[in-house]
Amino acid sequence: MAYKIVKSQCTACGACEFECPNAAIKFKGEAYIIDPDKCTECAGQADSPQCVSVCPVPKTCVPA
Amino acid sequence: MADIISLGGLQIASRDELGKAMEGGGCAASSCGSKAGPADMDPAVWAKVKDHPCYSEEAHHYFARMHVAVAPACNIQCNYCNRKYDCANESRPGVVSERLTPEQAARKVLAVAAEVPQLSVLGIAGPGDAAYDWRKTRATFDLVQKQLPDIKLCLSSNGLAMPDHVDEIVAMNIDHVTLTINTLDPEVGAKIYPWIFFRGKRHEGVEAATILLQRQMESLDMLVARGVLVKVNSVLIPGINDEGMLELNKVVKAKGAFLHNIMPLISDPAHGTHFGLTGQRGPSAAELKAVQDACGDGANLMRHCRQCRADAVGMLGEDRGQEFTLDKLPEVVGDDGGKRAAYRDWVTREREDRRAAADAAQAEAADVAAPPMLVAVCTKGGGRINQHFGHATEFQIYEVDASGVRFVTHRRADNYCVGGHGEGETLSEIIRTLEGVPVVLCARVGDGPRAKMAAAGIEVIDACAQDYIETAILDLYAARHRKGALTA
Repeated sequence: MAYKIVKSQCTACGACEFECPNAAIKFKGEAYIIDPDKCTECAGQADSPQCVSVCPVPKTCVPA
Repeated sequence: MADIISLGGLQIASRDELGKAMEGGGCAASSCGSKAGPADMDPAVWAKVKDHPCYSEEAHHYFARMHVAVAPACNIQCNYCNRKYDCANESRPGVVSERLTPEQAARKVLAVAAEVPQLSVLGIAGPGDAAYDWRKTRATFDLVQKQLPDIKLCLSSNGLAMPDHVDEIVAMNIDHVTLTINTLDPEVGAKIYPWIFFRGKRHEGVEAATILLQRQMESLDMLVARGVLVKVNSVLIPGINDEGMLELNKVVKAKGAFLHNIMPLISDPAHGTHFGLTGQRGPSAAELKAVQDACGDGANLMRHCRQCRADAVGMLGEDRGQEFTLDKLPEVVGDDGGKRAAYRDWVTREREDRRAAADAAQAEAADVAAPPMLVAVCTKGGGRINQHFGHATEFQIYEVDASGVRFVTHRRADNYCVGGHGEGETLSEIIRTLEGVPVVLCARVGDGPRAKMAAAGIEVIDACAQDYIETAILDLYAARHRKGALTA
């Protein structure tokens, strides 16, 4: 299981990149992408996925 | 758009030559920051603010600032902010055309410094939060400090992450910090901030506003205790936080903030902000002034803020950002700081001269018994009346009475001279903009516009072209009340 970023809504603010405890997020092209192999949905690491919590745009970091 | 003259290729042999070079160049800004000059300020504080256009009312006539957009990430959401859209013609906080890495930013600062001798300050104002996106902010400052030790550093933040970095900020000699504090009441805060992200968790409502306020107060106390000059920005939102603004002003002043900048809410629906979409209006100029005047004896107020973009370059009130986009930056920039040093020397002498002239004029006007008068000025900077009426994109408004001249505010006027001929519609707009201001001082004005303005009851005078602003206004005021009208 992993999260993904809706590219058309991403403002490329980068907040998710350094909040991600797994270093699963990096900038590619015009937006950030989540590496599904590294994403743990923050299970056991935080109360909720950190990318979702810090993302300024609703429904942009969503379950893949 | 005022040109900042490039002193490149000029042999600055004398002050006169530099003075000549400055004619037709400089800033189109109105004043920003404290009115106080060296006579009524602690010398250590004056040394910090005298060249910072946002902290000294006087400095903004001479000095330019630039912002680099290296910190896009933000840890809170404000209802007046949306960083998703960029338009090159838009000027509001949070808007940028391109985000930069610290290395790119440092290159940009070098390029601007080489072109713009007026540059004195590098600020990081986001477009997100400079203290939250701290690694990029710090890396940028490190690079610039090594290469340009004479450029002051400053940053702005919502305060949430600030306490974690105060000691680093002090260690890096960042002696100007802006904190945006909109309310002291968490109930009100909940209407402004839908959420914050703090210590790995998203918080909402009153709980979020409570945490934010506590961190903001902590930031203010910590910074003041360490001798950092703090400017507090507050966005005035009618019906939401306007009632508490006076109290907020008292509190930040008591805590030692150097300046309080009360700014009008920008809420155009086209910007897509929550307030824009829900029809929350911004304050009228009169409402804003009423609040500022009520706070008059509180913290020093900044009245000349242009609410500039997070990638603004140039004097306040102008934006030369488009001249310094990444694709236009030279790979290697040769800059020895010589031009900036020469320029600053010139400014030092010019300021003394300007003050002496103003003091002499002040003596002439001191015995005038008449009501205060508002005067609009067209200036490209340098503290002089040096702009053509038709080229003015904004008017600086001053108030004069027997006790002296004070900068009041700036009023925007879309450039009226398009392709060399004025457009009637814009002139009507200017007449509306200048409501309550009977006199405009400028470097030149055509007969047509002068007559149209006169018909609307506004006198446009170009007789004091190139004079110092304060001196010209005081002379005009004294002359008016001694021997009737001064003819232009």
